[in-house]
Amino acid sequence: MNEKYIEVRNISKHFGKVKAVDDISIEIKEGEFFSLLGPSGCGKTTLLRLLAGFEYPTKGDLLIDGIDVTALPPNKRPTNMVFQNYAIFPHINVVKNIQFGLRKLGLTKAENDQRVEEVLSLVKLEGYEERYSNQLSGGQRQRVALARALVRRPKVLLLDEPLGALDKKLRDEMQLELRNLQKSIGITFVFVTHDQEEAISMSDRVAVMNEGKIQQLSQPNELYKNPNNIFVSDFIGETNFLNGKTNEKHGDKIDVAIESLGNFKVDNRLNISANTSDIVCSIRPEAMMISREVQSDWDISLPASIKQTSYYGEMTRFYVEVKGIDQVLTVSSQHFDNQSFQTGECFVSIGLEDIALLEKK
Amino acid sequence: MEQKNNSLLVYTIFYFLFLYIPVLFLPLFSFNDSNYMSFPLSGFTFRHYEDMWSKTPVFRALWVSVKVGVIASVVSTVIALMAAKAFTKYKFIGSRVSYAAVLLPFLIPEIILAVSLIVIWLSLGFKLGLVPVTIGHILFCTPFCMLILVSRIEGFDSSLEEASRDLGENAWGTFWKVSFPLYLPGIIASLLLGFIISFDEFILAFFLSGSDPTLPMYMWNQLRFIKKLPHVLALGAIIIVATTFVVLLAYWLMNLGQAKEKDFKI
Ligand SMILES: Nc1ncnc2c1ncn2[C@@H]1O[C@H](COP(=O)(O)OP(=O)(O)OP(=O)(O)O)[C@@H](O)[C@H]1O
Ligand SMILES: [Mg+2]
Repeated sequence: MNEKYIEVRNISKHFGKVKAVDDISIEIKEGEFFSLLGPSGCGKTTLLRLLAGFEYPTKGDLLIDGIDVTALPPNKRPTNMVFQNYAIFPHINVVKNIQFGLRKLGLTKAENDQRVEEVLSLVKLEGYEERYSNQLSGGQRQRVALARALVRRPKVLLLDEPLGALDKKLRDEMQLELRNLQKSIGITFVFVTHDQEEAISMSDRVAVMNEGKIQQLSQPNELYKNPNNIFVSDFIGETNFLNGKTNEKHGDKIDVAIESLGNFKVDNRLNISANTSDIVCSIRPEAMMISREVQSDWDISLPASIKQTSYYGEMTRFYVEVKGIDQVLTVSSQHFDNQSFQTGECFVSIGLEDIALLEKK
Repeated sequence: MEQKNNSLLVYTIFYFLFLYIPVLFLPLFSFNDSNYMSFPLSGFTFRHYEDMWSKTPVFRALWVSVKVGVIASVVSTVIALMAAKAFTKYKFIGSRVSYAAVLLPFLIPEIILAVSLIVIWLSLGFKLGLVPVTIGHILFCTPFCMLILVSRIEGFDSSLEEASRDLGENAWGTFWKVSFPLYLPGIIASLLLGFIISFDEFILAFFLSGSDPTLPMYMWNQLRFIKKLPHVLALGAIIIVATTFVVLLAYWLMNLGQAKEKDFKI
């Protein structure tokens, strides 16, 4: 496997004053399912369009499989794109849409037919050959777009929010299907989404973007457990931010005064220096435990009162006020539902290993 | 509520009556068995139509108008298509100004256009005739054609062209395989309306055509002789019907494209 299949070297793209992509460098591995994740307007689509050749960078270089493609037009690049709105040609039917990209490959008729047949069965569209775009459902159009790109056997498949237009259930199905498809054909996928669950559940690695820059590039579980900064921690999943201040360092741990709860010795993964006053402790709702009795075997166990609950079926969220903490905490529990605490009085327990220290910038 | 709707309805009916009654007098009198355009009607006849068929100058004028109309509408549509493409795709410095410049002949009084063309044409040492008429018509039709095509191309999803590039086609192939077929209803509408505008145009033809009359000029010439009025009425009636048909066809084509476009969107 080529570790540097796609190399993005210090790429910037400016539209007038807007720095849509701001000095980004990424290396993507061969066969990887790589996601670009970020809020609206962060530059995901622009980066993808730079890879496809629809935009040319203001600065920087782009290599695919060792070849510099920075100046190549889209039709000369070994990439294909699945567009956000699918861009199925409305004036030709499904099979002609799929054959569209084969014309310039110089294959024999038999090879063409075989490829079309293969890809049709791959995306399960047999029997839809004669249909036109307006006779297809959203999910089917999505498959046509996928088939049309895959039939060319690109080195890299670029997907711009391909599931965005589908309803939730179909989207969940397609996520699994797309993931399996990618594993079975082994083509490198670069997948753009603003949906963090989608990115986390599908990808080998995720680059979280904001304002044209990469905030963090890691495997999904790393993103969730060990966010590099407040933006990532806030964007991926749900979390509680408690204010704090660092004191003395102890090797890879550090003393932190959290709210007015006192001092705790916490992992200092990001190597924050001692006596920093603008510290945020991120604690996931499901990492905390809610109970009737005090939990003496937990590092921290605090009396609390429940302000509000919301029931989600697989879990319940409790919004609790804790003595010594200025804000309402969100705690989620699969064990208790909202019937369990009639009185509103309870205990909230926290493990020190679940506290992620972050610096306010 | 009801009251208001009724008054609007009355207004609408009057509006259409006002608009179309005068026009409908032409066909009405063209079937009237008399040489004068006056009431009471004196009987039904096809005589004026039959007389018209026997006149070769009508057909010569018709042929002239068709030739000029076809050339003017094709050339205008080609120019308009290129312009529309440029204006919708690129925002360049001065694009608004040049957009306005293309539309200007549409707003300048025709007579001024005609006079300026005649001055230039003669001072260049050319003779009047159908060539300057055609050029004048191209100038005059292009803004109409461009407005039709701009509205067509604006509703067009540019990611289709990108998809074509992405799938290996170069710019030229993309135009012929993707853009052109999708613009086609607009292009046909532009050709039809361009043709009608040229076909109906009188002032430019009057100033520039020299000795070869177009159909509107032929009619104008005939009007000088009171006896020939009924032929003009018959001819006018036919032109009204044909024009209405072509305009409806063009309108239908434009809407056809638009309606489909909506289906294409997700
Ligand atoms: N052609 C363009 N001209 C000018 N500005 C642009 C252009 N394309 C993108 N931008 C700007 O660049 C920034 C990034 O846009 P981009 O489309 O890459 O965002 P995105 O992350 O894909 O957002 P979304 O999730 O909404 O699709 C935005 O501020 C946008 O307004
Ligand atoms: Mg986008």
